[in-house]
Amino acid sequence: MADLRCSFAGIKSPNPFWLASAPPTDKEYNVVRAFKAGWGGAVWKTLGEAGPPVVNVTSRYGAIEVGGQRMVGFNNIELITDRPLEVNLREIKQVKRDWPDRALVVSLMVPCAEDAWKTILAVVEDTGCDGVELNFGCPHGMSERGMGSAVGQVPEYIEMVTRWCKQHTRMPVLVKLTPNVTNILGPARAARRGGADAVSLINTVNSITNVDLDRMAPMPTVDGKGTHGGYCGPAVKPIALFMVAEIARDPECAGMPISGIGGIATWRDAAEYLALGAGSVQVCTAAMHYGFKIVDDMIDGLGNWMDEKGHGDLSAIVGRAVPNLTDWQHLNLNYQLVARIDQAKCIKCGLCHIACEDTSHQAIRDIRADGQRRFEVIDAECVGCNLCMHACPVPGCIDMVEVKTGKPHLDWTRHPNNLLRKAAE
Amino acid sequence: MGPPPNERGPGMSETGDVAAARLSAADYGKNFGDVKPPLDRARALVEASRCHFCYDAPCIAACPTGIDIPGFIRKIGTDNVKGAAVTILEQNIFGGSCARVCPTEILCERACVRSAQEGKPVKIGALQRYATDDLLARGIQPFRRAAATGRRVAVVGAGPAGLACAHRLSMLGHDVAVFEAKTKPGGLNEYGIAAYKLTDDFAQREVAYVLSLGGIALSCGKALGRDIELAGLRRDYDAVFLGLGLGGVNALGLDGEAMKGVEDAVAYIERLRQAPDKAKLPVGRRVVVIGGGNTAIDAAVQSKRLGAEDVTIVYRRGPEQMSATAHEQEFAQTSGVGIKHWARPVAIVGRDGMLTEVRFEYTKLDPAGRLVGAGGGFALRADMLFKAIGQVFVPAPLGDGTAEPLRLSQGKIGVDAERRTSLSKVWAGGDCVAGGQDLTVSAVEDGKRAALSIDRALRKGA
Repeated sequence: MADLRCSFAGIKSPNPFWLASAPPTDKEYNVVRAFKAGWGGAVWKTLGEAGPPVVNVTSRYGAIEVGGQRMVGFNNIELITDRPLEVNLREIKQVKRDWPDRALVVSLMVPCAEDAWKTILAVVEDTGCDGVELNFGCPHGMSERGMGSAVGQVPEYIEMVTRWCKQHTRMPVLVKLTPNVTNILGPARAARRGGADAVSLINTVNSITNVDLDRMAPMPTVDGKGTHGGYCGPAVKPIALFMVAEIARDPECAGMPISGIGGIATWRDAAEYLALGAGSVQVCTAAMHYGFKIVDDMIDGLGNWMDEKGHGDLSAIVGRAVPNLTDWQHLNLNYQLVARIDQAKCIKCGLCHIACEDTSHQAIRDIRADGQRRFEVIDAECVGCNLCMHACPVPGCIDMVEVKTGKPHLDWTRHPNNLLRKAAE
Repeated sequence: MGPPPNERGPGMSETGDVAAARLSAADYGKNFGDVKPPLDRARALVEASRCHFCYDAPCIAACPTGIDIPGFIRKIGTDNVKGAAVTILEQNIFGGSCARVCPTEILCERACVRSAQEGKPVKIGALQRYATDDLLARGIQPFRRAAATGRRVAVVGAGPAGLACAHRLSMLGHDVAVFEAKTKPGGLNEYGIAAYKLTDDFAQREVAYVLSLGGIALSCGKALGRDIELAGLRRDYDAVFLGLGLGGVNALGLDGEAMKGVEDAVAYIERLRQAPDKAKLPVGRRVVVIGGGNTAIDAAVQSKRLGAEDVTIVYRRGPEQMSATAHEQEFAQTSGVGIKHWARPVAIVGRDGMLTEVRFEYTKLDPAGRLVGAGGGFALRADMLFKAIGQVFVPAPLGDGTAEPLRLSQGKIGVDAERRTSLSKVWAGGDCVAGGQDLTVSAVEDGKRAALSIDRALRKGA
């Protein structure tokens, strides 16, 4: 089987599957259960300064359901750990001692003052953990107190705090980024300038998942009121993949390891992150939905897929799809697809037809003959947009097939309709 | 309580073992309780999520009343249950009973694309029941009568056809007088459907709901040809709708049909439906049912559920020719009823005027496709024999028709696509018209179409 061992910013783990800093990693009890289940590492739930811990509310989670699928999107308004610092430190030390082969990274969030960071780093380093992750992402609660995403949204702060941390610890420093910015490259480059060993992203997205229409209050509702939370789960994966890939292909960030986070629930999700440049992945919502056992299929599935494809270890896949990520203007305008309906698989639901007819290009004919329904693509009208394929409920029934145009590659930069086109060479 | 039902001495059980109270009260309750319990919200949501919301959905085309099935299922999925029920009822005011009695496996659910995709259709009937039960339980009458037209229509027969017609006519602003020969309205929903398909007095509750629209005056105990005459109705009303049903049953044409223990299945089911205490209903220990339709299935299964020990349906052709659906046949078999094909009765044997045995000969098709004896046969010991070989229309109540005859077709009332008869001002629908499917749902459609046609005719003539 493929070698899944992971070496990330100098931190080693038996596989690339880490639990993200979140409720599943708040205590020794949970983390030990996770390691027993096979997780390669964990980022301990964020520690704050010594002194009275934060206080949490009930309730804490909101979720959206789509077509009976629960927790497609998930949000929380929980703060950092509400347990005393010394208890957490003691447990971290114990877990690292008991599980030396697993990656144990500790997430930190203290006020934006050098002394505060210096102090916490010292005690955390004493646990023997493998690294720290600076929580510049948490978008709710702590951000109102000038921490979390309030820092992550200001690149200068990111750079400054990262630099302090690099000065005050020998441990690898991961900077966890918030997606609640207009351009993820600003924060990512700032982390790099501050000397970060790696970035991890995304943290959660500002969100209100639903409104209780009886109480007229956003959910989750706390005594009749709600507040925005941090959104995660399968629904955020596309947003996170984009941000990970943007950093992966940014020359200024070249070589900086990325720990991919956001909606990872299966080995396939993980493989996609790895292909777009993540060196490890972090999981939370899927574990909170199904328990730690899901890692079994993640490990197994990734290994089996790598074996099938002949990838010997993670280095064979990390970043492999990055060169194929480009700007729109470089896409080939002479490439042509059309939809093909496999009539043998078609169940005659007509969703392809109505989607195309009502909202696209009127390229799928609705034919009634001999009391039978039949749906056929009108090649001349089909623009190859994929809509019908996505609307079709039968896997593999609609394929997009290439039509050989015989024309050479032509992108917008050279297209005749582009008045600012480059001159032909 | 008598001795335990099937443990009598050999002498006593040899013949004429027809007895009531064969089971415990709990068993009667279980056997005649809801055969398909309703979906709760959680199950309804899971099932609703399976609907693909097909474009111009095949299930709609397969529904005789054309209910917008994907439309109502989507509404269930969003907890817009009232909206779902209205979507159903505006096409089929008997959506509640149709949800329970429709052979969905040969209608909407057979057309469901999920059948093609995974061999398991969306449970459309169960979802329809979920929505309509909710509205009925909440007593919401979503329909309003249009401005009064001053027109009066007579409806003969308070079954699904007649009441569907009456409801639609009333919605359109006409005043309707409904005449029903029996003591209760509901037609076959009240008297003919197997008890476990329409439990908790559903037929009457649904009729009350239909009538709650207003504008419909119901008179029970008024039979056509006895208490009212077609000619008089044509004279006194602006239009007449006939939803008469089928008044007669076919006979086997064998000696001994009058013997004790030989029963007409339709009449027996009617007695069973009207019996408040099923334990009081006598049933044979060994029951034979002759026929291949739903009446045969219902008589057989209900006999079994009343405590009969051996129940056998005998049908003269094969399973494919039975008018009972494959689903119904399977239901009978899993209820413990045996089905024998390709045999027909040739003799009813009794002793002291009491049925003891039915003799059959095997049948086959000759080269011309006619049913003929195949030689050989068998005998079945029987305490009860149910005849379920078809119902027939009885035209006598329509009058002598000397002046203006009402055209019959295939022994039933002939109608056109709008359910107009050959007689002016007279429409007809339900089981009494030719070319129908003998289904509750098609009776409802007949009544609805006739009402729309009557409305057009009355407005044109206004």
